[in-house]
Amino acid sequence: MPVDIQISQPPSRVQTLTNTLFRAFCYGFAWLTLAIGLFIVLKIVIAALPAIQQYGFGFLTGQVWDPHKNIYSILPEIWGTLYSSVFALILGTAFGLAAAIFLAEGFVADAVFALLRTVKLQSHPVWGKLPRQVDDLFLNLIELLAAIPSVVYGLWGLFVVIPLVRPACNWLHAQLGWIPLFGTDLSGPGMLPAVIVLSIMILPTITAVARGALVAVPSKLRMAAYGLGATRWETILAVTAPSASRGILGGVVLAFGRALGETMALAMLLGNQNTISISLFSPANTLAALLANAFPEAGPKDVGRLMYAATALLVITLVVNAAGAFIIQSTSVDQEGEKS
Amino acid sequence: MRVFLSSLPAAVLLATVGLMSSGGTASSEEPADVRLQGAGASFPFPIYSKWFKVYSDAHQNVEIDYQSVGSGAGVENFIDNTVDFGASDKAMTPDEIARVKGGAQLLPLTAGNIVLTYNLPGVKELKLSREAYAGIFLGKVKTWNDPAIAKTNDGVKLPDSAINVVVRADGSGTSFVFTQHLSAISKEFAKSPGTNDMPAWPVGTRSKGNEGVTASIQTTPGSIGYVEFAYAMTQKMPMAQLENKSGAFVAPSTASGQAAIASATLAENLIGWAPDPPAKEAYPIATFTWLLSYKKNADPKKAEVLRDVLIYCLTDGQKESEALGYLPLPEAVAAKVKAAVQNVQ
Repeated sequence: MPVDIQISQPPSRVQTLTNTLFRAFCYGFAWLTLAIGLFIVLKIVIAALPAIQQYGFGFLTGQVWDPHKNIYSILPEIWGTLYSSVFALILGTAFGLAAAIFLAEGFVADAVFALLRTVKLQSHPVWGKLPRQVDDLFLNLIELLAAIPSVVYGLWGLFVVIPLVRPACNWLHAQLGWIPLFGTDLSGPGMLPAVIVLSIMILPTITAVARGALVAVPSKLRMAAYGLGATRWETILAVTAPSASRGILGGVVLAFGRALGETMALAMLLGNQNTISISLFSPANTLAALLANAFPEAGPKDVGRLMYAATALLVITLVVNAAGAFIIQSTSVDQEGEKS
Repeated sequence: MRVFLSSLPAAVLLATVGLMSSGGTASSEEPADVRLQGAGASFPFPIYSKWFKVYSDAHQNVEIDYQSVGSGAGVENFIDNTVDFGASDKAMTPDEIARVKGGAQLLPLTAGNIVLTYNLPGVKELKLSREAYAGIFLGKVKTWNDPAIAKTNDGVKLPDSAINVVVRADGSGTSFVFTQHLSAISKEFAKSPGTNDMPAWPVGTRSKGNEGVTASIQTTPGSIGYVEFAYAMTQKMPMAQLENKSGAFVAPSTASGQAAIASATLAENLIGWAPDPPAKEAYPIATFTWLLSYKKNADPKKAEVLRDVLIYCLTDGQKESEALGYLPLPEAVAAKVKAAVQNVQ
């Protein structure tokens, strides 16, 4: 028997080949993703070119879409897209971040644990696991919100949210109508119900990402804060949340992207009216809703105009994402500076 | 949560079983020899799918697919030759007809009323004069107790609330026919917004699809909007009686709708409208919807089957119309269309 059996051996030809192939596949698909993205943008822009040449910049600044008079412009849609998204983002971030802190800090689990302790079940083999399970349950419930189809949200908004908020809205309009935010009454579809539903739709994105970031904050940071005598709230607000701000912002930007592109629910709830109004109860329109509404019956000439509108939406989304990435970049530098 | 999760797989399983069983029946049939593919208007979709299902159940070797993609897309697909037949509520413009290789034969197969349905608790019957309903959709008549409405509704308690107008947001043949009628009865409407499938309405919130308009009206007291008869019928919503050209107030019904479409004179190419029917018993807003077929088909077998399908639709098929909320074609029209079916070769 030879003594010097080599345990290690050079890779066989099959292994080398698999390796090369695997690399090639990874590169290929990675570039393909990019290429598909570029291809889509290119196709849309090319389809929009005739309309861009014909209508020029006025398409983006005018307020009328009237096929009978042959005037087309999309400022109300741009306004509605941004206004609804920003408002939904404010609402969604407030609730989403609160939920994320709630879940990441284990408040629910603590409460369940305290409850179990009163009945002396906290170290019971089955019941003892309950705090953890309840925590998971809440997280799953919030993530489930992301799985509900958009059209179901729309129907829910139409049949539940609108009748629910209408009396309050009309009361606000009657009492405080001089405030521009309440300047019109809510007849049916309108900005507020759409914003409420939209904020619920983007909430899971914010919560999931923000919770992930909060959980990832090293526990020694928390311990140090406690050690310095900070209370739990001081620790959360001054240490944990700022350390996780990069991740939280990332979630917010993602959510904003989703809000901008959301179509079906908004088309059902906004009223699709080409008005620019600061009022929360006024109907409005969005770019995505315009596309969804006009495409099925669009002739060849209409398609160019709609592609122009699609290009505008694309640019808005791109700018928002770039701005988001920039904000995340700059804040993360700050964080690292603090850490060193 | 646990209950929910454990019931999920069961639901998926059920759905899969359902799919498999429906697939199973399909595969047990003889393979389809002829497969006709059509696309177009959503307005006649319920009745077309019923017709095509009945026909292919009776003829095992024929399979007919109809996709309700909208009139505009239907005409485009038809011109591009990607379908065996198209369908449109707006018929086709001469330009579009000229672009069809092999020639287009338009065939009105069914017709329907467009109704004004409303949500006014306590008001069972509403009579709207031409002035009133044109005014409502122009944004001129703003409240329910406006004299224009009150004048024709003696004894009806009309609320002092704003009229919430609901119109279609998406491009649609229904809007086209409705604005065509309003343009016919009101010069002001004809000037602006005019006849269009996606007009710039001066008033109202806009909902997507007939079902969207129906839902908006149902959930908003004080609202009024236009939908196809079938939608209001199935939802049991009240429909306004409208004043017609001869000054009579007529409720939408099969008889009054047929009286309306009878007044449409069909041209040589079988296109014809009834923007403002003159007959005393006619409901003012009714329209045909067209199936678009090629005069010269590449596959003679397909043409033969299509002719047979069309003849069925025009004879026995018409008996299905009323139950689904459509208007059976008047005999004279049906005879004319039947003759034109022979042009499909």
